[in-house]
Amino acid sequence: MKTELSPRVKVALYGLMCVLLIPFVFPTWWMVTSSVKPISDIFAFPPDLWPRRFDWTTYQKVFELQPFAQQYWNSAYIAAVVTLGTMVFSSMAGYAFARIKFPGANLLFTVVLLGLLIPSEVTIVPLFQMFLKWGMINTHWPLILVPIFGAPSVFATFVMRQFFIALPGELEEAARVDGLGRFKIFWIIALPLAKPALGAVAIFTFLHSWNLYLEPIVFISSRNMFTLPQALTQFTDAYGGAMWNIQMAAATMTALPVLAVFILAQKQFVEGLAHTGLKG
Amino acid sequence: MATQSRKRPFWTIERRDAVAGYAFIAPQLVGTLVFVLIPLGLVFWYSLHEWNVLANSFNFVGDANYQLLLRDPSLPKVLTASAIFSAGLVVLNMSLALLLAILLDQKLRGMVVFRTLFFSPVVVSLVAWTIVWSFLLQNNGGINGFLQIVGITGPNWLREPGTAMVSVVVVQVFKNVGLNMILFLAALQGVPKELYEAARVDGASAWKQFRRITVPMISPTILLTSIITIVGSLQVFAQIAVLTQGGPGVSTTVLVYYLYQQAFQFHYFGYGSTLSILLFLIVAVLTFAQWQLRKRIVFYEN
Repeated sequence: MKTELSPRVKVALYGLMCVLLIPFVFPTWWMVTSSVKPISDIFAFPPDLWPRRFDWTTYQKVFELQPFAQQYWNSAYIAAVVTLGTMVFSSMAGYAFARIKFPGANLLFTVVLLGLLIPSEVTIVPLFQMFLKWGMINTHWPLILVPIFGAPSVFATFVMRQFFIALPGELEEAARVDGLGRFKIFWIIALPLAKPALGAVAIFTFLHSWNLYLEPIVFISSRNMFTLPQALTQFTDAYGGAMWNIQMAAATMTALPVLAVFILAQKQFVEGLAHTGLKG
Repeated sequence: MATQSRKRPFWTIERRDAVAGYAFIAPQLVGTLVFVLIPLGLVFWYSLHEWNVLANSFNFVGDANYQLLLRDPSLPKVLTASAIFSAGLVVLNMSLALLLAILLDQKLRGMVVFRTLFFSPVVVSLVAWTIVWSFLLQNNGGINGFLQIVGITGPNWLREPGTAMVSVVVVQVFKNVGLNMILFLAALQGVPKELYEAARVDGASAWKQFRRITVPMISPTILLTSIITIVGSLQVFAQIAVLTQGGPGVSTTVLVYYLYQQAFQFHYFGYGSTLSILLFLIVAVLTFAQWQLRKRIVFYEN
């Protein structure tokens, strides 16, 4: 399998991969090019791979039709808070379950792991009631609290625990002999070593929060409080028809920054995901 | 006795560790209790009630909602749609992920570029990705436009029962297959090369090497990714809401979408809770079954 391939096989493999790439790459291309087409050209036949006319006002209209800057900020700060919170709590819990002996640790770990079986879709009705009672409907609290403590964070705790279990213990022992307390050992020694696992947790958590859709449409009702996924579906005319070019402009602004960060940091991204506790 | 207690201070290393352990897990544990486990208890409690928010009624009705579940004429269709969606998604996703991983594992130049591109939809905002596909799959949209060029009149993808289901599955596969692809690729690269060399010396064909070496060696990853993919497929909501709204008819109404409709569109919180319990049981049974399989089938585990 690992022998040098013949040129003919190489060409065939490249060809196959280029064909397979189409459904992965073309939608993004279509999104970006359609975002600058005037509405009259949006369903032109034959379809234009490159806009025949440019209409840049679509980007301006995104901000006129929706408080899009505000919505962008909502999504960004919620994702940041959720990512940071999950990193803190899941690394602490993961460390304790992996490294510290305390009575009931196994039982409590099982209790936390149960969370993996219970996606927030299952508990959305009682969550709605709880947040209603606490006066948190149409605030961002549910979008922050549920992911930080729900199934995704349980998964993060699991990933962190797997990582800390595999970490050699000599450094910690040396630190203990020097009289360092648990928190200092965690903060100064264990956590810096856990950067790859923390990176993977950060990526997963960020994407989960950034993509959240069911929770926002259940908990949030006013435009100024919307997150991006909600906002993207709102670009419709008075008859409910989609304003495709404006929608594509909003989608482009939502997708491209994250895509750009990913392409710049793809090595850390992909390897972080592949080489953490995810391998089983 | 008094002298002994002076020799052994109260704050032994074990006691300090115990306190630190509880303190470290406290936020996660309390959070999981408040936002996951207690709501699960509540959803079961609600499922025993007739609860219409609009009528402001909340009455204990025992198992009436579960009786309703058995008689609900839509439910078999909803469960069928869920099963087709999940099965289609898992089969397509796993086989495409494995194919891509094997291709990327070949000794060719520029593989990092291909890997990056195949992975890129994973980081594109889910709703943005879905909206673009919704645009492409319109009756007069891009895909039918390109088909028209080669003389094919494409179907109205999102408005016909068969193609609507195919569409939501395929859109979701392309969105997330990169994740499984990366996990498979890491597993493939972890298979010791000596095994293949030994097999080649024995004259084993490429297919036989794949069946007898690759598949058994990566079986833990296959199992793990299949669990993640199946459980993930049961949670699909945004794609359905944006692409088809469960239609045409109820042909793409999967369980989570049905639950959402019953609870938050028709305001039947009691029945919605009963559907939540059903969803929970399906997730739990599937996960449990796969963990059992892990013990039996998975050939090799480190």
